[in-house]
Amino acid sequence: MKRLKGLPSKLWLVLLLGFMYLPIIYVVIFSFNDSRSLTHFTGFSLEWYEKMLDNSTMMEAIYYTVVIAVIATLVSTIVGTITAIGLSKSRRAMKETITQINNLPMLNPEIVTAIGLMLFFTALNMRLGFMTLLLAHIIFCIPYVILSIMPKLRQLDDNLFEAALDLGCTPFEALYKVIIPQIKPGIVSGALIAFTMSFDDFVISYFVTGPGINNISTMVYTSVKRINPSVNALSTIIVLAITIILVIVNIVPLIKERKRKKNEEFA
Amino acid sequence: MKSFRRLVYPYLVWAIIFIVLPMLMIVFYAFTAEGNSVMTINFTLENFWRFFSDSIFINVLLRSLKLALITTLICILIGYPSAYFMAKLKSNSQGVMVLLITLPMWINMLVRTYAWRGLLLESGLDPEIKVYIGMIYNFLPFMILQIYTSLSKLDQSLIVAAHDLGCDNKKAFLKVTLPLSIPGIISGITLVFLPAVSSFFIPKLLGGGSYVLVGNLVENYFVTTGDWNFGSAISLIMTIVILISMYFTRKFDYSKEDR
Repeated sequence: MKRLKGLPSKLWLVLLLGFMYLPIIYVVIFSFNDSRSLTHFTGFSLEWYEKMLDNSTMMEAIYYTVVIAVIATLVSTIVGTITAIGLSKSRRAMKETITQINNLPMLNPEIVTAIGLMLFFTALNMRLGFMTLLLAHIIFCIPYVILSIMPKLRQLDDNLFEAALDLGCTPFEALYKVIIPQIKPGIVSGALIAFTMSFDDFVISYFVTGPGINNISTMVYTSVKRINPSVNALSTIIVLAITIILVIVNIVPLIKERKRKKNEEFA
Repeated sequence: MKSFRRLVYPYLVWAIIFIVLPMLMIVFYAFTAEGNSVMTINFTLENFWRFFSDSIFINVLLRSLKLALITTLICILIGYPSAYFMAKLKSNSQGVMVLLITLPMWINMLVRTYAWRGLLLESGLDPEIKVYIGMIYNFLPFMILQIYTSLSKLDQSLIVAAHDLGCDNKKAFLKVTLPLSIPGIISGITLVFLPAVSSFFIPKLLGGGSYVLVGNLVENYFVTTGDWNFGSAISLIMTIVILISMYFTRKFDYSKEDR
């Protein structure tokens, strides 16, 4: 097909990227501002980074965000994998039931899932706080893990498992040595989705957390009333970390691919 | 391998307790009056009556629908050309563009909205315009990526064939490219409209409290007022409105079967 020769299309895409990155550039620049102003850049300083490190609410929020994301990812990946494996062998009715239930939190507005959990936890007399926050994150992560593993299981050849049994594996060994390695890409992407979902979550966290327990999102939301440029410093660090991770994730396969090609040339 | 079936049961129990029960609790709260105890349950339609008899609440609902609708439309208007131009780039540049569009999505929505707040602080824009900018900013990448996916899968020989059969560029686009990219637009709509109706932190951060949406109502009745019964009723009404809109969107999606 003809390459679009026109400059307009390129210009459009450049404008689009400008729009997408405008707030990010803004945050990075103003994190180095030496005054409280959010509209005038008065000079370079690292004041807000120092203030951020001194701000115990912020440091706690980072701590809780990471701890909850890590635990929620681990638990939801393990539970999700086990369930997905069971589900792939289940009767149609069971598959349908689980899929429909899992669709509830994925298709409902987040705020509905959030208040549902809040009502539920309070009805059980659970004090809203760290435990309810963690439990809620595990609850909404598992469906995404299952969803990302199921396609891999569908592609799996049933004979592989039988072959492993014939070669002397116990069912559990066959599961561990044959099935799990085969569906590993699905497990990894499920874990990644779970981690990002938990790390970024605001709506559900906001409703199920209690006083004193904040993650980064709820901290930003509640600290917005007072202008606090340290939020810019924190955001800049998050932006930087995510950029580095994404670049690594996207470049490592390219390098591997090149190496593989080189090796093939030699072979 | 059938023995593995049993692996599902723990999660089935888990899902019924932690997913189904909370949903039922919303319904229960919506249909009961305040001050429930296990002994005295007062079923009532009062909460719904209160919502539909007050024009303030109706207006908030209509405003949320309007906001979601306009956000979705603008996302299509900006997103379609963007996706179209992206799909025409060299394949390497396409990958880079997808990465560049995805990258901001990895950054916390709250953080990005907070940034817009600072950016627009002295812009003197109407709060409503600010909310629109924030909404479009947050949802545009979803629309672009959905449309891009359907456009990049498009078989280019179909367009060549259209040209061979005498279509000019415009006609080939209208008769071939556009109809084949409708599934992408539909799934884009699902990803934008649905969360847009219930959004509450973008209006709150950018509209500064003067711009109330259904999501803000739910938040108020749960967090500030503590009237959970009325709050549940509002969220139930919102869910039903969303379900109805999604039903009509899906109806247009004639090629749903392929996906």
